[in-house]
Order: sequence, then structure tokens, then C-alpha cells
Amino acid sequence: MRLLRIVPDDTTFDFIRFRRISFPISALLSIVALAAFLTLGLNFGIDFKGGTLLEVRYPNSTLNIADVRSKLEALDLGEVQIQEIGSDGEVLIRVAQQPGGEQAQQAVVGRVRATLGEGVEYRRIEVVGPRVSQELLSYGIVGLMLAVVAILIYLWFRFEWQFALGASIANFHDIVLTIGFMAIFRIDFDLTSVAALLTILGYSLNDTIVIYDRIREMLRRYKKMPTDELLNASINSTLSRSVITHVTVTLALLALVLFGGRAIHSFSVTMMFGVVLVGTYTSIFIASPLLIYLGVTTRTLAERAEKEAASKVERLAP
Amino acid sequence: MLYFSKWKAIAIVAVSAIICLMVVPSLLPTKAYDHLPGFLQRKIVLGLDLQGGSYIVLQVDSAEVRTARLEQLRDDARRVLRDAKVGYTGLNIQGDAVQVRVRDGQDVEAAYTQLRTLAQPIGGAMATTGQLDTDVTRDGNLISLSPTSTGVQARTIQAVSQSIEIIRKRIDQLGTTEPSIQRQGADRIQVQVPGLQDPSRLKALLGQTAKLTFRLVDNTMSPQQALQGRPPAGTDVLYSDGNPPVPYLIEQRVLVAGEDLTDAQPGFDPTTREPVVTFRFNTNGARRFAEATQANVGRPFAIILDNKVISAPVIREPILGGSGQISGNFSVQEANDLAILLRAGALPVPLQVVEERTVGPGLGADSIRAGLIASIVGAVAVALFMIATYGIFGVVAVLAVAVNVGMIFGVLAMLGATLTLPGIAGVVLTVGIAVDSNVLIYERIREEARAGRSAISAIDAGFTRALATILDSNITTFIAAAVLFYVGSGPVRGFAITFGIGIMTTVFTAFTLTRLMVALWVRWRRPQRVPI
Repeated sequence: MRLLRIVPDDTTFDFIRFRRISFPISALLSIVALAAFLTLGLNFGIDFKGGTLLEVRYPNSTLNIADVRSKLEALDLGEVQIQEIGSDGEVLIRVAQQPGGEQAQQAVVGRVRATLGEGVEYRRIEVVGPRVSQELLSYGIVGLMLAVVAILIYLWFRFEWQFALGASIANFHDIVLTIGFMAIFRIDFDLTSVAALLTILGYSLNDTIVIYDRIREMLRRYKKMPTDELLNASINSTLSRSVITHVTVTLALLALVLFGGRAIHSFSVTMMFGVVLVGTYTSIFIASPLLIYLGVTTRTLAERAEKEAASKVERLAP
Repeated sequence: MLYFSKWKAIAIVAVSAIICLMVVPSLLPTKAYDHLPGFLQRKIVLGLDLQGGSYIVLQVDSAEVRTARLEQLRDDARRVLRDAKVGYTGLNIQGDAVQVRVRDGQDVEAAYTQLRTLAQPIGGAMATTGQLDTDVTRDGNLISLSPTSTGVQARTIQAVSQSIEIIRKRIDQLGTTEPSIQRQGADRIQVQVPGLQDPSRLKALLGQTAKLTFRLVDNTMSPQQALQGRPPAGTDVLYSDGNPPVPYLIEQRVLVAGEDLTDAQPGFDPTTREPVVTFRFNTNGARRFAEATQANVGRPFAIILDNKVISAPVIREPILGGSGQISGNFSVQEANDLAILLRAGALPVPLQVVEERTVGPGLGADSIRAGLIASIVGAVAVALFMIATYGIFGVVAVLAVAVNVGMIFGVLAMLGATLTLPGIAGVVLTVGIAVDSNVLIYERIREEARAGRSAISAIDAGFTRALATILDSNITTFIAAAVLFYVGSGPVRGFAITFGIGIMTTVFTAFTLTRLMVALWVRWRRPQRVPI
């Protein structure tokens, strides 16, 4: 049987030289992402913003969006978003946080139900009060930071500090780009997005560590190889694995995006961006070349030891 | 590395099989499941997003707890001073304290001693902290009682516990299966009712304090006069629930309260055919109600629920039997719900709904279908790709991943964990990542073979070298999953559970099952070169 081979054996692509292009590109993209985040902001879902969300279905295509809109706008509930979703008479209604605390939030559902009348199927109702949304947001942020710190500490113990720092910079880059992506494409930022961000973080690290592992191994074996050559060799020798793994993860995620349903759509799309684009690119073009600038101890130490030995020999010679 | 003793091989297969089989009870119909022995009665619970239902978070407001305590202190102070025969003026709540002015300077000491008995040690009489829940201070002949903040805190926690009991009694009456009521933090209660279609009824049942009192209507002036001027001492103006609300002037003194009810049932009035609620008092309540109605024939009294007047009938004759009925333009369901509320008892303080999520059963079913389709499509695509890339080794990988997924569901069942929609996403992602461990191993084997090793030695070295990397990369990912689990709630948690379990089963299968299968293959074929 002839097996599928995507990456040929013994590739010698000069990934490290590519850093002269990849670093500026990443810097530019990060700036764009940050700018998007600062100017457009994230499209907070009701988990973090508070408010009310109703997903309703009009059976037998009796849906008239304009009619629903005018009815609900007459309620004077402040900002109301009405969005037709799918093709079988489903509408997503979002009502912003009401002034007047928890009870006012609760009253919204009753008023909308009374307005829409009978014969409407309520598929989903979510009400998040101001106190809860504040907490959820701060838990989300704390969770992200805790995860980064915990992973950093683990890496610091398992590798040298340069690797831990390199991996964190790469990770930070991934999170910034993903947040920028979410800001630009107005993807709902809710609790599920925090889960997606954390998964991207874990996954991108997973990828970086596979290459770092190889770099460390080669550092021990080839003490005299120039750094860029060694990094290139490490990336090339793991390239086949990187590509095959990413194809499988992409296939799994693609299934989620296409068939997973709307409830996890923003999760799937975010993951797709983060894992497939940023995660892979980062570990090869950012995380690995970074090690050059951070300096890699094993090698430096080995050189220093050799120099010292050489100078001793010189002194003894005459 | 490639050698497995017979017993080790059997143990690996047995452990994998048993964990996979733990999923079987979850797939059985309820009837068969109930016949299983106890240790097998463990199954995956479907989250509300998959089976439909309501999730509500209620909060006890500590400001309400303070207010309730102040009102109780005011009433207790009135009783204590009356029993001690101390003359006083202006007993009322001022800000965060109850204040009272003792009329005669000679009585101040006695009043102070008596009022101090109202302060109770925090945590009950057995507590050893020595802290009191109320500060009692005096300034001349003005005595004030104010609840301490630790006292209010302790009462808030206590109110949550009491509320959970009462909520449980109320929800049990709805007749839904497996409701879950849990404390969340110091001041919140999380209620999950699977399969409930109409959350508004649940909210109506939980959102009411259901404090019922019977009090006399004050006839000395009209409610309108009282609203314009000042209501007489010891009275309040309360409104009916109707539209427009009708004001009533009501005495503060309570004839009988809801605690003295022993039973309440919905029924129909024999003459008007209207839905009513009939109730029965305990001995104490019956005696007090009889005395009060005997003394006030011809006067109206009011039935008040949560400070709203339900009805205000005139006492035509003394009610001695200890039972009666409440009528008030109820629908059948309203009468039924009021009876439930009265039977379950009043909440110690009002609760506020701070979060609500309801998923209709239709959407839940759609989500299960979507999740299943995505999982199957994803798994098939990955399997085909792996077999195309690695041939027979690809088959090994697919088998390992299949067992892996079986084990994830098995562990979920053993833990009795909840499977949510994001949880399914976690499984799909695990499939993608589990494949990575196989890819790492196979690529390493290929490398070793190309470096000139013999087939068996290459396979052996490939496993040894790759497993270290697999461990490193999976531990970091596991840290992210663990953090997700601890800080996350709801959907995030559901995802973290399956993802975390998936990482563990992935490492397990990579170290044991994949290796065992490859080892068996090597023994069977004795390959001269690596087939990948």
C-alpha cells in the first residue's frame, strides 16, 4: 500500500532565516490586534455584560422580523438587538442590561413573552444580572492569568528559563492575536470564549514544547553546531509530525465548525483560528527563533568550558 | 521496551475494557438501570443544555437579612419592655439600629439589662467565640440595638441553609425528576431543574418569600386619609395585588402567622365554584385565631402574603374550628401554587434571581444531534487520514483513539459527571490531540529507521524517545485544563472535565495500549523494515 506522505523526508527549509520576515509580520499583526481591541473592543456576550437573551422560533414561517422589531422597540427596553438565525423562523433577541438591578432584569423576560404572545417556541432564555456578570468576567481574567503563571512555573522546572520565557512570549502573542481576531470579526466573547482561549493557550504550548524538546535533545548531542543550524534541524525533523497533527486537529475542528451547531459556533471558530493559524505558526516561526535572542545556556556553557580548557593548554604550552 | 509479560498485557486490556464498559449503564433504559446492583448505578448526567431545563441562581441579600433582623429586634424589644413593665416612647428603626427612649430615668438600668438579653452569641449558645450578634448601647435614656456585621454574616449563611430546605420542599411539589439544589459561595443558591418547560412558574415559586399573616383592618380612618396624613401608630398602608392596587390600613399586630399552619390545599368554593386555598391551623394558631375572631365580629381582617393584601373578608362569626379558606380571584394554578408555598413555609428573607438560563427541550435535542454528527464526522475524517498516512500503524492509532474515547465516557460515568455541549467539544478536540501522541511515536520511529536502525530497534527507540515528549506536552495542557476546572463555572467546567480526562486517557493509551498493539504486531510479523 502506498502511504500518504505530505511532508517529504529530510526537508531542509531555513525556518530560522524566515524570522526576518516573521518577526515584523507578527509585530505588525499584534499591533493591529491590540488596536482593534482598544478601538472596537470585544463583543461581550451577556455572560460578561449582563442582560437578557432569548432564542425563539416562529413555527410554520409566520416570522416577520420587522413586526417583531417594532413590537419590541415599543417596550422601550433600551438597546435591543434582533437577529434572524438559521432559515426556519428562528430569532435571537438580545436586550441590554436594564437600569434598576436584578428585578428589572427578570422583568424583561416576562414583558417580551407577553409581547410576542402565544404560539412562539422559546428555545433558550438567559438572564444574567449585573452582579453575576461582573464576577464571571473577573473569574475569566483571573483564570487566564493563573493558567499562564502555572504553565510558566512548570516549564521553568522542566527546561531552562530561556525556554519558559520564549514559550510565554509566544503564548502572549497567540492570545493577543486571537483576541484581536475576535474583536475584528465581532465574535461573541463569553464564558465559552474564555474556554477557547485557554485551550488555544494549552494547545499552542503543547506544540511549542514538542519542538523545544527536540531542540534540547539536539543541544545535548551536537554541542558545536551553530544555533541557527541546530534550530533549523530541530524544526525540520519535527515538521512531518507538526503537519500531520495539525491536519488531524483541523479535521476535528472543521467537523465542529460545520456540524457542531450554533451553540458552540463561536467556540469552534475561535479554536480554529487559534489552533490552526496561530498555534502552528507561532511554535515554528516565533517560539523557536526567539531562542537565538534569549541565548541558550547549554551551548554557551559548553563553549565557555572549551575556551577555558583551550586557554589552559596555551598557558601550559610554552 | 517492546516486551510485555502475559499478565501485564492482560492487565492493560482488562483495565481499558472495564473503564470502557462503565459507560454501559448510561446507555441502558431507566427500567433496566434501576435493576443494576448499586456499584454499577453510575451514569453520565446530561447537562441542561442537552436535555433542556432551567438553571437559576438565587441570592440572599445581606441588606435584607439586616432589615429582617432589625424588624425582629423591634418586635422583641416591644415584648421585653412590656413584660418588664417599662414605659417607653418612640420605639422604631433608625438606619442600622432599633432605638427606644425609656420614659422614666429610674427604669433605664432595668430596661438596659432586659434588652441586652436580646443579643445572642454568634453560632448559638454552644459557640465559644464569645461574639454577640447585636450591639446594645445606651446614651442617657436612649437605648439602641444594632446588629453587628459578623452577626449579619452568620445570619446570611443560616438564611441560605434554611432557604435551601424550603426551596427543596417547594420544588418537590413540581413533580420534576432529579432537581438539584446547591449552595454556591456564602450567599447564593443554585437550582437546576431538568426538563422544565416553563421557567416563569419556577421563578414565581422561588421568587416569593411566602410570608403569610392574618391581621385586623383598622377602621378608624380611611386608607386615603392615612396616605395623606399620618397613619395611626402601629398601622401600615398595604395594597392589594390587583390592578389598580387598592390600599388598606392594616394593624401591624399579627393575629396568626404562616408558621402556625399545618396544612394548605387547593380546592373549590362550594358556592361560587371559584378556586380557593383551604388551610388548617395547629392548636396554638387555632386558639389565637378563635380568640381574635370572637373579639372582633363584624370587623374586616386581612389575609396578607408578602405585604400584599390577598383578601379582606369581614368576620361574620367566630372561627373556632381551626381551619378556613383563602379566596382571591385565583386561577387553578395560582391556587395550587399558593398551597405549595404555604405548605413549604416562608423563606427567612426574600431571595433575588441573579442568573437564569433555560434551554427548551427542542434546542437540547438539536444540540445532541449536532454534537453527535460533529463527533462522528470528525472521528471518521481523522481515522481515514491516519490510515492513509500510516497504514497498519494507522489502524493501531485508530483503535487506540477509539478506546480512548470509550474510556473518557467511562470515566465520566464513574465520576457521575455532567456531559455538556462544550464537553462534547472537549471530546472532539481530544480525538485530535490523542492522535498527536501516535503521530509523535510513529514519526520518531521513522526517523530512527532512517538513521539506520533495524526495524525492531527503531520501533523500540521511537517509543522510548517519544513518550518523554508526550508526557511533557500533555502535562502543560493538563495544567491549563485544571485551571479551567477550578476557576470555571457552567460551560467552561463541562469543557475542562472532558478535556482533562481526555488528556489522562491519552497518556494512558499511548504508554500502554498503543505500545502493546505495536508489540503484538512486531511479534506476529517480525518485520525487516518499518512499514511507515
